[in-house]
Amino acid sequence: MNFHNLTHGFVDLTVAGLTQGAIYALVALGYTLVYGVLRLINFAHSEVFMIGTFAAAFVWAWFGYTPGSGTPGAVAVIGLILLAMLGGAVASAGTALVVERVAYRPLRRRNAPSLIFLISAIGASVALSESVGVATGRRPTGMPDLLVPKQAFMIGNTPVTNLQLLILGSALLMLVGLDTFINRTRLGRGVRAVAQNPDVAALMGVNKDRVIMLIFLLGGGMAGVAAVLYNIKVGQTDASVGFVLGIKAFTAAVLGGIGNLRGALLGGLLLGVVEQYGASIFGNQWQDVVAFLVLVVVLLFRPTGLLGESLGRARA
Amino acid sequence: MAGLLVGAAACAKNNNDETTSGSNCGNEIAFFGALTGGNAQLGINIRDGAKLALDQYNKANSSCQVKLVEKDSAGDPAQASGLASSVVQDAKILGVVGPAFSGESKVANPILSKQGVVILTASATNPALAQQGDKTFHRALGNDASQGPGAALYIKDVVKSKKTFVVDDASEYGKGLADQVKKVLGSVVVKSAVVKEKQVDFGSLVNDIKASGADTVFWGGYYREAAPFMKQFRDNGGKATFVAGDGVKDDAFVKGAGEKEAEGAILTCPCVPPEKLQGTFAADYKAATGRDPGTYSAEAFDAANILLSGIKAGNTTREKLNTYVNNYTGKGITTTFKFQSDGDLDPSAVAVWAYKVQGGKIIADQLAPKP
Repeated sequence: MNFHNLTHGFVDLTVAGLTQGAIYALVALGYTLVYGVLRLINFAHSEVFMIGTFAAAFVWAWFGYTPGSGTPGAVAVIGLILLAMLGGAVASAGTALVVERVAYRPLRRRNAPSLIFLISAIGASVALSESVGVATGRRPTGMPDLLVPKQAFMIGNTPVTNLQLLILGSALLMLVGLDTFINRTRLGRGVRAVAQNPDVAALMGVNKDRVIMLIFLLGGGMAGVAAVLYNIKVGQTDASVGFVLGIKAFTAAVLGGIGNLRGALLGGLLLGVVEQYGASIFGNQWQDVVAFLVLVVVLLFRPTGLLGESLGRARA
Repeated sequence: MAGLLVGAAACAKNNNDETTSGSNCGNEIAFFGALTGGNAQLGINIRDGAKLALDQYNKANSSCQVKLVEKDSAGDPAQASGLASSVVQDAKILGVVGPAFSGESKVANPILSKQGVVILTASATNPALAQQGDKTFHRALGNDASQGPGAALYIKDVVKSKKTFVVDDASEYGKGLADQVKKVLGSVVVKSAVVKEKQVDFGSLVNDIKASGADTVFWGGYYREAAPFMKQFRDNGGKATFVAGDGVKDDAFVKGAGEKEAEGAILTCPCVPPEKLQGTFAADYKAATGRDPGTYSAEAFDAANILLSGIKAGNTTREKLNTYVNNYTGKGITTTFKFQSDGDLDPSAVAVWAYKVQGGKIIADQLAPKP
C-alpha cells in the first residue's frame, strides 16, 4: 500500500482517470441505449468500437497520415480529427446496424428467449474480431502523431495537456448532445416510449423497428467517436482491443445504472478514476481488482446502479 | 503404466527408424511459434529466416528435399502442449526451429524432448529453459542471463543511471529479464511495477515513475504493451531514458508509440545487427519476403542450417541428429556455434547488442558491455 503516490499525484491521477473514463463512458452509452430499449446486452458492441478504431486509422491513411508522417498544422489537425470522428462514427454505426439486422432482428421476429440473443451477441463479437484479426494479420496498427501534447493549463503544479482536454471535452459534448436528443426531440420521445412499453408505443404509432435501428445507430456513432479519442490517446489499435475496453464500458454502464444515459457518464468517469487510484495505492497489477471490488460494493447497496435504470421507467 | 509408455516410445522409435533409415529424403523440420496473435511478428521473422534456409537447401539438393512444417502456436502456452504432441507424432519431423517464446517453450520442450525431437530455438531466451532437464534442448543465441546483465550494464555504464524503475509484464520472458536486471543493478533500482497483458492505459504507472524520480525505465516485456506505455509516458511529460529487451525490438513498437515518443529508446538484443552479418543473407531475405530481416530472422536461418547440415550428413533419425547438434561447431552468419552440455550457447559466442531508435528506425548503437 502506498498512499504517498496517491496524495502526491492526486491531480495527475484524477485527470488521467477522467480521460480514460470519458472513453469508457462513450462506449458505455451503446450498451445502455440498447439495454434500455431491448433489455439486451449487446456484447458485439465492443467490436463496433474496434471497427471504429480501424476506420479512423483508415481515414488518416487516406489523407496520407500514417505513423511517422509528421504532424500537420493546427487547422489540418482539427479537420483530420473531425473527419476521423465522422468516418469512425459511420463505420461503427454501420457495423452496429449490420449486427442488429443479422444477429438480432431474425431472433426478435421469432420471439427467441433472451439466452439465445446473448449467444448470438457473443457469436457476432467473435466473428467480427476474428475477421479483422485475420485481415490485419493480428498486427497492431500504429496511428499518426497528429496531436503534439502540450500543456494547456495547470492545476496546482500539475499540467493538463491539450490531448486530455480534447478527450474530455469531446466526450462531454457528445453526451450532452445525446441526452438532449433523447429528452427533447420527437425521435427521442419515440425511443423513450418504446423503452417504457413497446406494445403501447406501437399502438400509439411508434415504429418499433425504426426506433431499434436508431438506438443501434446512435450507440455505434458514440463508439466511433470514442474510437478516435482512443486512437489519439493510446496510439495503436489491433483486432482484440474491443474485449477489455468493452468489459470496462459495460461495467461503467452497470455502475451508473444500465439504461440510464447520465448514469453511463457517471459510471465511466468513476470507473476511470477508481482504476487510477486503485493502481496507485496497491500497484498497477491490482488495478482491475480494485475497480471490480468497487463495482460489487456499489451494487450491494444500489443494485440498480448509482442513478437507477431511468430510460426504461416512467418518471411519474 | 510406465512400462507401457516406454514400450510405446520404443515402438514409435522403431517406426521412425524404418521409415527414414537409409534415406536422407522426405524429412521434415518444424517451425514452432506464433504466426498469429498480438506478438506474431516475432514468429513470422523466425519462420521466414528458417524458410529461406530450407529454400536455399532444397534448391541445392533438389533431388532430396527437406520440408518445413509450420506449427502456429499463437504464442499461447495453453496451445503448446497439443501442438508439441502433433510434432512428436509426425515421425518425419526430426527437429524444431523454436519454440519461439519462453512461455510456450516451458510447456512444449519436455514433450518434444521425451520423444527425442531436436529443439533448436532461435529466440526463447529464458535461462530456466536450459535447466529443465530437456536433453534435446539447444539455444542458438544468448539467454536472458546474458541479455539481462548486458542491458543492466548498459544502464549502469552508458546511461549512467542513478535511479532506475523496473517494469515487467509477469511473463516468463519479461519477469526473467527484469529479475536479471534488478540483480545486477542492485540499489540503483528505486522501484518496480508489474503490468498486465494487453494493458493500454498507463496513467497511474506514468505517475508512479515520475514520482519516483527515476532517470531510466527498464521494460521487461513485449512491444504490444510497451508501445502504448511509451506514448503515454512521453505525452505526459515523462523524460526518463527507456531501455527494453528484445521483445520490444520491433518496428511495431516505433509505429505504436509514435516516432517522436519512441526516439532515443534503447533496445537490447542478443542478436547481431543485419549490417554486421556475414554473407548475402540480408539481400536474400529481402528478395524472398520483400522485407528487411527482422529480429531473430538471422538466428533462425542459422538454426535451420545447423539442422539441415546434420540431415545432409546422413543423421536422419532424431537421435543421431541430436548427437550431431550436441557436437556441432561451426560458423553461422550470426556467430560461431558451439553448445554447452545444457544446450546453451558457449558464453564466448554470445554478444548482446544495444539498439537505439533514431528517426523512427531501430539502429544498432553499440555492443553492450560484457560482465
